[in-house]
Amino acid sequence: MSKRIEVNDLNVYYGKFKAVEDVSLTIEPRTVTAFIGPSGCGKSTFLRTLNRMHEVIPGAYVEGEVLIDGNDLYGPGVDPVLVRRQVGMVFQRPNPFPTMSIRDNVLAGAKLNNRRMSKGDADALVEKSLQGANLWNEVKDRLNLPGSGLSGGQQQRLCIARAIAVSPEVILMDEPCSALDPISTLAIEDLIEELKRDYTIVIVTHNMQQASRVSDRTAFFNIAGTGKPGKLIEYDDTNTIFSKPSVQATEDYVSGKFG
Amino acid sequence: MSTGTPRVIKARVRLGDRVFSTSTITAGSIIVAILAAVAIFLIAQSIPALVAKAGTLPNAASSFWDYVGPLAFGTVWAAFLALLMATPLSIGIALFISHYAPRRIAQVLGYIIDLLAAVPSVIFGLWGVSVLAPAVQPFYVWLNTSLHWFPLFGGDVSGTGRTILTVAIVLAVMVLPIMTAVCREIFLQTPRLHEEAALALGATRWEMIQMAVLPFARPGIVSAAMLGLGRALGETLAVAIVLSPALVVSFFLLTSQNPSTIAANIALQFSEASGVGVNALIASGLVLFVITFIINAIARAVVNRRRAFSGAN
Repeated sequence: MSKRIEVNDLNVYYGKFKAVEDVSLTIEPRTVTAFIGPSGCGKSTFLRTLNRMHEVIPGAYVEGEVLIDGNDLYGPGVDPVLVRRQVGMVFQRPNPFPTMSIRDNVLAGAKLNNRRMSKGDADALVEKSLQGANLWNEVKDRLNLPGSGLSGGQQQRLCIARAIAVSPEVILMDEPCSALDPISTLAIEDLIEELKRDYTIVIVTHNMQQASRVSDRTAFFNIAGTGKPGKLIEYDDTNTIFSKPSVQATEDYVSGKFG
Repeated sequence: MSTGTPRVIKARVRLGDRVFSTSTITAGSIIVAILAAVAIFLIAQSIPALVAKAGTLPNAASSFWDYVGPLAFGTVWAAFLALLMATPLSIGIALFISHYAPRRIAQVLGYIIDLLAAVPSVIFGLWGVSVLAPAVQPFYVWLNTSLHWFPLFGGDVSGTGRTILTVAIVLAVMVLPIMTAVCREIFLQTPRLHEEAALALGATRWEMIQMAVLPFARPGIVSAAMLGLGRALGETLAVAIVLSPALVVSFFLLTSQNPSTIAANIALQFSEASGVGVNALIASGLVLFVITFIINAIARAVVNRRRAFSGAN
């Protein structure tokens, strides 16, 4: 279910503006990788290039290659729609579809692939996905109510359930807890720990404690100044990054001297 | 603290607050007063026609309901046909402008649509009778001969093309701009978060629109349709110019025997009406008022039925 991601010499542009420069890294299967760094350093932009979601912005393009188990996401003839079915995404603000029930939210992505799902299969998938997102017990009696009636943390877990219902290989999380309270954040962090058994997870976070709690490896991004492209400064085991980083800027950032 | 009655804390009333609240209350009351005045006028003036004996009403009608029946039918039928054509078209145009067209083309198209809304209805009427009717007549003949079995296309085809279907097309063109403009605004308001959620699940652009944009816009689409319907129901000149009315209730779209509409009938008859005839026209206006009211109420009910899923919470 999970795959290895290899990024080689990746540059990301928004029109003429170079947002991210020369990133190369390898993410192993069934690991949690955290991207940290100050605002505007390109970590979210870079995350979005891993499932081509940056292309939603007009004029955005990349140079270089992103390989998932050896297949280039940016190869000729690769359909971004199919890429996104393999590489799921969870956003900063919980965004369940307000016009759908909890059940329909979970099935939204799965129904794109398989329109004529039998009711039994659908029920099974809903239960499995909600179980997987640690939400089943809280919502099993109200599956037909709107998803927007849940609390923020529950909505975010609903979004995770929706993402895993498509059975992706990789799950990208763009600051998934930044709009949540500490208890809900803890629930999501526990969930990430469990999801790691089946999926490769990449998470962007502003919260360094969170990075040190959930991730196996950490990548630190930084920019030289406004208008300059973001760069990957250091990429190592999370313990190393937080205890004895090899670059001074990393140490300054994780010890709270800037950012 | 005393037990029993809780102390009421009074806020100091400031002059600005008072001016503002008075002016909004006045504005709100005026609309109610106008509506009440219109209703009272219509009802008071209608009573003579409602109780009129057979023989005194125009068109040799036996009772008022006999008189207004075909007109009410014509009004609703023409507006319904117009909406049937205009709704999908305006949703399509609005979606193209909001989600498919490059920004520059979208802007130009938006201006053109707004311009179209500014064309007076008499122009549409003239266009309908002098351009559209002759142009569609051969097509009507073809429809009538090759699809005669289809109930709506039956009867004897009109030789001029001035039929209820032509009226409906003119009305559809007339209501298109306002419906498109409203739909476009609603589509543009779809939260980016929801669009991205759909795309991240591997939806194509059309699937994203089905999943995030259209459900979110549903109440707005209903509102747009109601605005269009209001305009189509009340349209006078375009209908009066195109149609040569007959007093029939007929679903045939292509014949020369077409029911007129209430508004067009008032416009055509009012200058020559006298006595109970005037009351009958005003009473038909009351019927139009009630029809519009009922349709709006139904639309509200439709929107409210799924309020919990509207995304407003």
